[in-house]
Amino acid sequence: MPEIKTDDVYIELGKHPKAGFATDDMILQMGPQHPSTHGVLRIECVTDGEIIKKATCHIGYLHRCFEKHAENVMWQGVIPFTDRMDYLASMGQNFSYVITVEKLMGIEVPERAEYMRVITAELQRIASHLMAYGTYGMDIGAFTPFLWAFREREYVLDLFEKLCGARLLYNYMWIGGVSHDVYDGFAEECMSFLDTFERVVFEEFNPILTYNKIFIERTANVGILSPELAIDYGITGPCLRGSGVDWDLRRDDPYSIYDRFDFEVITGKGEMGTVGDCWDRFMVRVLEMIESVKIIRQALQQMPEGPIMNEKIKKVIRVPAGRVYGRTEAPRGELGYYLISDGKGRGPNRLKARSPCFSNLSVLEEISRGCMLADLIAIIGSLDIVLGCVDR
Amino acid sequence: MVQGEFVMTIEEIYKKLRKSFGGTILESDLEVLEPVVGIEPQSIAEVSGFLKNEPDLKFTSLMCLSSVDLDEENLQVVYHLHSMDHNHKIILGVIIPKNAAKIPTVSGVWRTANWHEREAFDLMGVEFEGHPDHRRILCPDDWEGHPLRKDYVVQEMYNGLPVPYPKEEDD
Amino acid sequence: MIQAEYYNIFVKIIDQLAVLDFLPPVWKFILASVIAALVFFHVIAIFALVAIWVERKVAGHIQDRLGPMETGWHGVLQTLADAIKLLIKEDIIAGGIDRRLFVLAPVIVFMTALAVFVVFPVGENFIVSDLNIGILYIVAISTLVVPGIIMAGWSSNNKWSLFGAMRSAAQIVSYEVPVGLAIVCAVMAAGSLSMQTIVESQAGGFWNWFIFSKFPFGFIAFFIYFVASLAEINRTPFDLPEAESEIVAGYMTEYSGMRWSFFFLAEYGNMLAVGAIATTLFLGGWQTPISLLSFIPGPVWFTAKTMFLVFVHIWLRWTLPRLRVDQLMYMCWKVLTPFAFVSIFGIGLWMTF
Repeated sequence: MPEIKTDDVYIELGKHPKAGFATDDMILQMGPQHPSTHGVLRIECVTDGEIIKKATCHIGYLHRCFEKHAENVMWQGVIPFTDRMDYLASMGQNFSYVITVEKLMGIEVPERAEYMRVITAELQRIASHLMAYGTYGMDIGAFTPFLWAFREREYVLDLFEKLCGARLLYNYMWIGGVSHDVYDGFAEECMSFLDTFERVVFEEFNPILTYNKIFIERTANVGILSPELAIDYGITGPCLRGSGVDWDLRRDDPYSIYDRFDFEVITGKGEMGTVGDCWDRFMVRVLEMIESVKIIRQALQQMPEGPIMNEKIKKVIRVPAGRVYGRTEAPRGELGYYLISDGKGRGPNRLKARSPCFSNLSVLEEISRGCMLADLIAIIGSLDIVLGCVDR
Repeated sequence: MVQGEFVMTIEEIYKKLRKSFGGTILESDLEVLEPVVGIEPQSIAEVSGFLKNEPDLKFTSLMCLSSVDLDEENLQVVYHLHSMDHNHKIILGVIIPKNAAKIPTVSGVWRTANWHEREAFDLMGVEFEGHPDHRRILCPDDWEGHPLRKDYVVQEMYNGLPVPYPKEEDD
Repeated sequence: MIQAEYYNIFVKIIDQLAVLDFLPPVWKFILASVIAALVFFHVIAIFALVAIWVERKVAGHIQDRLGPMETGWHGVLQTLADAIKLLIKEDIIAGGIDRRLFVLAPVIVFMTALAVFVVFPVGENFIVSDLNIGILYIVAISTLVVPGIIMAGWSSNNKWSLFGAMRSAAQIVSYEVPVGLAIVCAVMAAGSLSMQTIVESQAGGFWNWFIFSKFPFGFIAFFIYFVASLAEINRTPFDLPEAESEIVAGYMTEYSGMRWSFFFLAEYGNMLAVGAIATTLFLGGWQTPISLLSFIPGPVWFTAKTMFLVFVHIWLRWTLPRLRVDQLMYMCWKVLTPFAFVSIFGIGLWMTF
């Protein structure tokens, strides 16, 4: 019979006076129903008290296999599906898909439609960033900025409702143009919104949240994403610019008519902490709204008269055989569509959507290691994910 | 960002790759819209490493990793690469047979490939050798089949629940 | 009459009622105590009803919306409707929880909120029991909330509840220190632990209130008390134990219906309590600010000052984000506590010379 040392038994039971209490890591399932996972994300956290040792994302709760759907519908039929990918920035999703198809078909879009697309896409960027602003405030514990942001977002949605009849899922951009021309007085309503909005950002949004001392304490130096790591993980959009990488597809790989407008690319400067922390990512979004305002002002002034649809577009679209990858700067980052047409079918043979949120979320495991539970919430919020876009 | 200074056309990149890797870079039609450079499956990881680290190529970002169901026998994995430093692009394509869909992982080169490869495995059934976390990502872990294959048939039951939406009976 | 020397208004009234002469004095005292308890229970309940409505209206107007508007005039009856809803809700006790502790926890939490009201001098003769160690009694009783919260968190058998309970226990125990030290400042200035004596020593106009009379030390002490008490009753920006975006609802996660509303009542009761303590210790209690206004009775002043502080609580809640756990502790041990010692030292010197 082997000799059993009492010490060993005690250590195993955690009752040895030298061993102290037996401790074990706690596995915490955050989500899929949790107030601040922004949808149905599940994060499996291995925690030591309040400290996160490892956070593993489990996604797919909203998976609809949109790419399979797209293979079974006509080219135009995909557009409503793209709406439902990132339901907070549907215009941007429409935009990316239609310019990819147009690139494959090699057709031109009327000038007026191009301007309409840019105006609506930028209004959508404002609405989407307002949502990010509001929900981020809520993640940090401030409720009021959320409703202030929603008040402003409401004006944008009203404009969209008057323009195309829908408030959330627009199906507004069609292959070869846009679905509706502007109504009388759109430009004036838009301008008056932009004027008040700019003032509201600087006089209301920034004092209550952006430069709040507690907010800065909570977000500065938290979740630092270095530029190298960001590029390596394929982070795009405000999250990449928050890391100080001066990269914006609207300027660096211009599509549509973005080369005609004068705007700045906002990058994180580490004003309150380190470059690439949550506060930088947040601030990039706030300032980007102002840049969008500038673009919309210019577009409204330059917008020509003319048709809004390419007349050659028939009801059943024939797309020549070929492959194309089109990408745009959606509010949450680079949104790409990889389309393969065999030239015979009525719809795409293969459609792959490269969603910005999918890549952005993948970095969470890396940057949340060793942070606190409250920081994890701050990091998820600053990545600004939409689960419809992650899961597709 | 510095732009346009060292932009290489696709032909130049293709020639450079041929010079370094020879036969593993397949003959490719570079005349079409957005041409795909074919690569031998086994050398994709080395080619990727080369493309990323070579100073005048510097493909630091993997824009997109797609899996394509080409025809009855073959699958294709397509890599869209982009260099933020030089602002040039290249598309790599690897053709693999359906019955032995195995390919080395590039998640060691670009870490964003980690999730994209998991997605390709989940939806198309491409296995990535050496992947650090080779699991399904979007579908449940015990799902059967790979939905994006053209010959995919949805399973009848999943954990005791009927999967296809029940058709309404005609009255 | 037992303890007739205390200014117990309830005992006095019972004493003067000729109808009750047949009762022995002990019974009279018990009757008075029961009445006092019932009165304060209703004061808290009614205050909570009103405060919740006010909170929602204030929140609504801060957030550019109207708040409740449908039930009654500007939604005054909304809270009542909610209370009825909570009362008739199914009492859900999930499986796998420790039933006895689970049921007991809200009672303990609410009881401590109720018990502190015994020693508040609402008016000159309006106090249930003027204990000679009144303020010490408050500090002791309000700490009893911690076992209640830990019981709630532990018995729920839910990790979020446990997180909330541990955070809450750590927070309340830590913030007892600056709260206690700030109270010591007022006690030193008054030279008494009795609440009524503390108020009486601030008589004669607002410049005699401790917040102004021992400037700046009184002000520092008041400020420390106010901030620390926010933390002690888990209000924003220190609402970590129930931080909904982090740990769902903290120790209240598994509670619903009436049991949950007891926690809720306790929260509002605590708001009223800390407002009342700050009023008593630093803002002169029921004393009038200037003698011209002395025709207004003491209880009105006391209520007005308390309500103002409660309003500030609500105002802060809808303005500020939430701190993190380590920042909370930093704030407690490295900011508030040292300043509290400075303030004690300052007032000590003041009282000596």
